[in-house]
Amino acid sequence: MHQVKLVRNIWSGIENLLLHKLRSFLTMLGIVFGVGSVVAMLAVGEGASKEALEQIRKLGSNNIIISSIKSVEEEATTTAHSHMSIYGLTYEDYTRVAESFSTIKQAVPVKLMRKESRLGERAMELRVVGTTPVWFDLVPRPIIAGRVLMPEDAKKQAPVAVLTEFGARKLLATEHTIGQSVRIGSDVFEVVGIVRSQGGVVQVGKSQGGQAENIQIPDQEVDAYIPIEVARKYFGDITTRMTTGGREQEKVELHQIIVEVDATEDVELTARGIEEMIKRFHKKVDYKVIEPLALLKQAEDTKRRFNIVLGSIAGISLLVGGIGIMNIMLASVTERTREIGIRRAIGAKRKQIIGQFLIETSVLSTMGGLIGIGFGVLVPFVITYFARMPTVITPQSILLPLFISAGVGIIFGLYPAMRAAKVDPIVALRHE
Amino acid sequence: MDNQSPSACEAEIVRLENAEKIYLMGKEQVRALAGVTISFERGGFWAIMGPSGSGKSTMMNVLGCLDRLTRGHYILEGRDVSTLDDDSLSELRLRHLGFIFQSFNLIPQLTVQRNIELPLYYLGWDAHASSERAQELACKVGLEGRLNHRPTELSGGQMQRVAIARALANDPQILFADEPTGNLDTATGEQILEVLVELNEQGKTIIMVTHELNVAAHAKHRLHMLDGLIERVDGDY
Repeated sequence: MHQVKLVRNIWSGIENLLLHKLRSFLTMLGIVFGVGSVVAMLAVGEGASKEALEQIRKLGSNNIIISSIKSVEEEATTTAHSHMSIYGLTYEDYTRVAESFSTIKQAVPVKLMRKESRLGERAMELRVVGTTPVWFDLVPRPIIAGRVLMPEDAKKQAPVAVLTEFGARKLLATEHTIGQSVRIGSDVFEVVGIVRSQGGVVQVGKSQGGQAENIQIPDQEVDAYIPIEVARKYFGDITTRMTTGGREQEKVELHQIIVEVDATEDVELTARGIEEMIKRFHKKVDYKVIEPLALLKQAEDTKRRFNIVLGSIAGISLLVGGIGIMNIMLASVTERTREIGIRRAIGAKRKQIIGQFLIETSVLSTMGGLIGIGFGVLVPFVITYFARMPTVITPQSILLPLFISAGVGIIFGLYPAMRAAKVDPIVALRHE
Repeated sequence: MDNQSPSACEAEIVRLENAEKIYLMGKEQVRALAGVTISFERGGFWAIMGPSGSGKSTMMNVLGCLDRLTRGHYILEGRDVSTLDDDSLSELRLRHLGFIFQSFNLIPQLTVQRNIELPLYYLGWDAHASSERAQELACKVGLEGRLNHRPTELSGGQMQRVAIARALANDPQILFADEPTGNLDTATGEQILEVLVELNEQGKTIIMVTHELNVAAHAKHRLHMLDGLIERVDGDY
């Protein structure tokens, strides 16, 4: 009974608004654009952060990544006489880290190099990752052909390589390449497997000449994974780079150590512990401990702030829309003074008049909201298409503006409705 | 009037006792009603007459529960309503009173049917019952086939018939008519008055404000007002 009446009230509100189609439409526009911009902004904000978050998530929330960095002091002390800079994590660091913490499930050392490679007729620079089979546990990806590294490879010091799909394709490697030889640097390796390289444009941190500056997650890298023992034996720890001033040499034993912790709760403490331990053995700060979990939290925090800023801007446009509605409703109340008087004379109570006008404004703003959502959903597609920016529309980013627009109708409709209810029926009936 | 018999008391529908209404017009106080005492009996047909400023409109607004007295008492159906709040007065109008006006006061965006249904809407009737009632009332005032018209498509006489139908929708105890023929030509006005007379014959109490003698002639009693007081009452009182 009550619901039937509400539906009737809403319907008569719609009828009243349809009497002045153009006016109602123009009144709605403010809300349309307000809600549209809220939806669009939330979609853009969500899209921008989503990829970064996914990248970090891919690193694993239970992982800790320790990277070698060239310390500031090191760079300063490099003189003309000494071209060799020695820094970064050592094999000993790896052993110590891997063996000292009970919370660590597994750890993997990573050695990175860039080497000119050749497969048959095709040549290109590959990023060579010297690592252990554990790598494929911590950075899991599907095997397309062959196999990944095995513990036996290390034991036998076998010159085997696993390629990523992305790199393999450039070298025209297919399943048939398995068992063939790939030349890396000046050595020959047997291709034993191809793994999928996962898509993703954004990369957290960039690699520069094999130096790990930040987190590296070799997504679209053209990687060749080889046993770390083989890498050490074949390529050594010294990389030489030709520069304009001559040549620069670096000695880095390990570029990264990736650690997987058993429980998420232990990540932070373990990271602290690792940092403390490495600090004791390093004179300089030539390492960096990164917790993807902390980064994730940080990124989520940034995202929340971003959303608040976007939200306030959009909120202002909704406010403007609401004021527009209030303005028109006030005019409408004046215009319909006589109607209000008639209704009051017949026996309508003040709150029923308030209800009538509130329903009209709410219908107006909610319809504006719905149209705005339509626009707001379209705009991100356009942005994605032209600006190549990722956008994500979540159910919340649609429902929230809808509720807000209905709320705007009620808040900004309240004052005009109360004005309407205060109309004196005697005066109103005489109103021309 | 001072020593009413019990039967007269039963027949009484509304009564004003020392009713005073004072308006503030700028800084000047205007006594629109200057202490009126009068009783209206059930089933009567009154015409309240008088020049402008005599207080006839104020009297009607007070009787119609649209306005409140400054002093004195208004007894409606044996109940003192002079101190009721706005909501209660609205409720009284909704359940017991009906109004027709000089300028018809129909809601232009609503059809004839929806105008007639308006009181029923506030009474909470469902759509089906309201629709039946509206059709029945339209027949009664001679508006068959006009239910889906808008007021603007009707003649003055037809509009006043719609207003009468609307005023009757809640089956009121008293029907108030404020210059019901003021905006109509004489012939049409006569027809409207015929409708009112007929309603009165069917037992409806009618209180009408008019300044035209020939209109007032249709009423059973004429109440002449001057300067906020009842000057005289004539007719078969």
